[in-house]
Amino acid sequence: MSTTTAEGSSNQTTPQGIDQGSYESDPAAFLRQRRGRYGERLAKAALVGSAGLSVLITVGIFFALLLPALDFFREVPVGDFLTGQRWAPTFADASFGVLPLVTGTIWTTLIGLLIAIPFGLGAAIYLAEYAPERIRRALKPVLEVLAGIPSVVYGYFALFFVAPKILDDLLSIEVGTFSVLAAGLVLGIMIIPTVASLSEDAMTAVPQSLRQASFALGANRMRTTLRVVFPAAVSGITASIVLAASRAVGETMIVALAAGTRAQMVSSPVDPGQTMTGFIAQTATGESTPGTLTYNTLFAVGLLLFLVTLILNLAAGSIVRRIREVY
Amino acid sequence: MASLGSIATAPLRAEREGDKNAKSIVFLGLLWFAILFAVLALVVLLVTAFFDGRTRLDADLITQYSSTVFPERAGARAAILGSAMVIVTTAALAIPLGVAAGVYLEEFADPRRWYNKLIEVNLTNLAAVPAIVYGMLTAGVALSIGLPRRVVLAGAIALALLVLPVIIITTREAMRSVPQEIRQGSLALGATPLQTVWRQTLPSAIPGIATGSILALSRALGEAAPLLLLGGLVFVTYDPNGLMSGFTTSYRSRSSTGRHSHSWRFSRSHRQPLSCFWSCCCS
Repeated sequence: MSTTTAEGSSNQTTPQGIDQGSYESDPAAFLRQRRGRYGERLAKAALVGSAGLSVLITVGIFFALLLPALDFFREVPVGDFLTGQRWAPTFADASFGVLPLVTGTIWTTLIGLLIAIPFGLGAAIYLAEYAPERIRRALKPVLEVLAGIPSVVYGYFALFFVAPKILDDLLSIEVGTFSVLAAGLVLGIMIIPTVASLSEDAMTAVPQSLRQASFALGANRMRTTLRVVFPAAVSGITASIVLAASRAVGETMIVALAAGTRAQMVSSPVDPGQTMTGFIAQTATGESTPGTLTYNTLFAVGLLLFLVTLILNLAAGSIVRRIREVY
Repeated sequence: MASLGSIATAPLRAEREGDKNAKSIVFLGLLWFAILFAVLALVVLLVTAFFDGRTRLDADLITQYSSTVFPERAGARAAILGSAMVIVTTAALAIPLGVAAGVYLEEFADPRRWYNKLIEVNLTNLAAVPAIVYGMLTAGVALSIGLPRRVVLAGAIALALLVLPVIIITTREAMRSVPQEIRQGSLALGATPLQTVWRQTLPSAIPGIATGSILALSRALGEAAPLLLLGGLVFVTYDPNGLMSGFTTSYRSRSSTGRHSHSWRFSRSHRQPLSCFWSCCCS
């Protein structure tokens, strides 16, 4: 596409270059020409600028997080931060071991994935391989609505419905007001659409000829799905799960509302626990004066969060690029 | 046509015969269970939100300010106006920038150049950055250049950064689906590349761009995390009256982090109908 436009512009500039002499007889043509090209260049520069802005944003994010974080690491050694098991940044005997926040995040993310992988994949397989067109058209919007619900709503759903009604009353699992279990379960519901729609895309991208070959060899639908389509789409499916994990790690409102604010090494799913995002949310709503250690702590945790999600996203991206080369 | 149809369905019928053993039926049952779980979760969520908030679905909800003194008459006036102002400003910031960037990448950029590749990789990663990180970026930048950070404009900038990658990506998809013949025809008639984009390609792509932008903005409308750092959730009992005014987009920040437990009983009844309204908008 870009080659066509490049040719288009060069084809036009050559004749204009030739009859420059005629501008003397018609100055208005000269002015029109100049203004046109000047505007063209200006508009193009504006377009390039707005595209370049996205790179600027990434650099901005990195430095906005890095600079306060560096101030933080001047006072707290990196080793203590990454391996410490006590997170108490506001106490008199402050301690900055980030592991409690990391375990909180790992617990909620894993519980979320435990829900989202089977249900999301099941939904994806049904939609891609089994569902008649009519049912597909009815069910896809349901997944889209599920994906469009604001995460605050999910947070209150976890806090006021899933924890007391489903877990306590229905399943008689003793959970307090806050638990990583309730937060993780709802987090899982939230990321089902991510897993389902991306996996479905990966499975529908598998060429029809593979299915036909499998049917021709006498395999039924289940066998074809599990032995042919699933392995062929496995890198896309893996990427969808990694992306869902990255969303779960970065999700803020559900865990801030439902997982609690007690930063501790979580050892059981019914415990309350604080995640990295939960800590940022809690501290950010309080009064944190810029330049203080509390404020810088926020950015140290933010930087860790950004790096974790960046690694997950890059991993998902490279997995997806691999599938593109296959077909 | 009829004979063709029967040939096409013949293998399908044969394959259905093979699907009738116990294993296959259990497998299909599991798949149904998976999709029903998702549907059920949505239904339960909407029904509980409606029943919990039912008693508060009245005119007070949209005309009154939030109040701890008369919780039964409190409303979301400041929150609704705040949301509206923030989202309009977000749209004004993000849509022109996002469309311009999408047009450049799709129509002018040479995908083989390293800087264009860099922008591509960068975009896919930006689209998956946690929302709260955009709030931290905006707060950090606002503080370092000495601007107030608890204002409408700061919230709108954070949300604009959040939706920008999504708008760029949908713009590119919409531009890509415009037939190549339209561009070639326009160029052949002597239009410059920019005139081609402005008068032919972009107008044809507008429906796609609009759909993507509306979806992205609805996501921004429901996004609370970045606004936590920008004062978007403070207890406000006045209307926002400008880009530099304080604002709120929801109720009761304090309950959201669970420190002031007394406010839950109000926030539950207030918050959910509004949320229900939000999610209706989103769908």
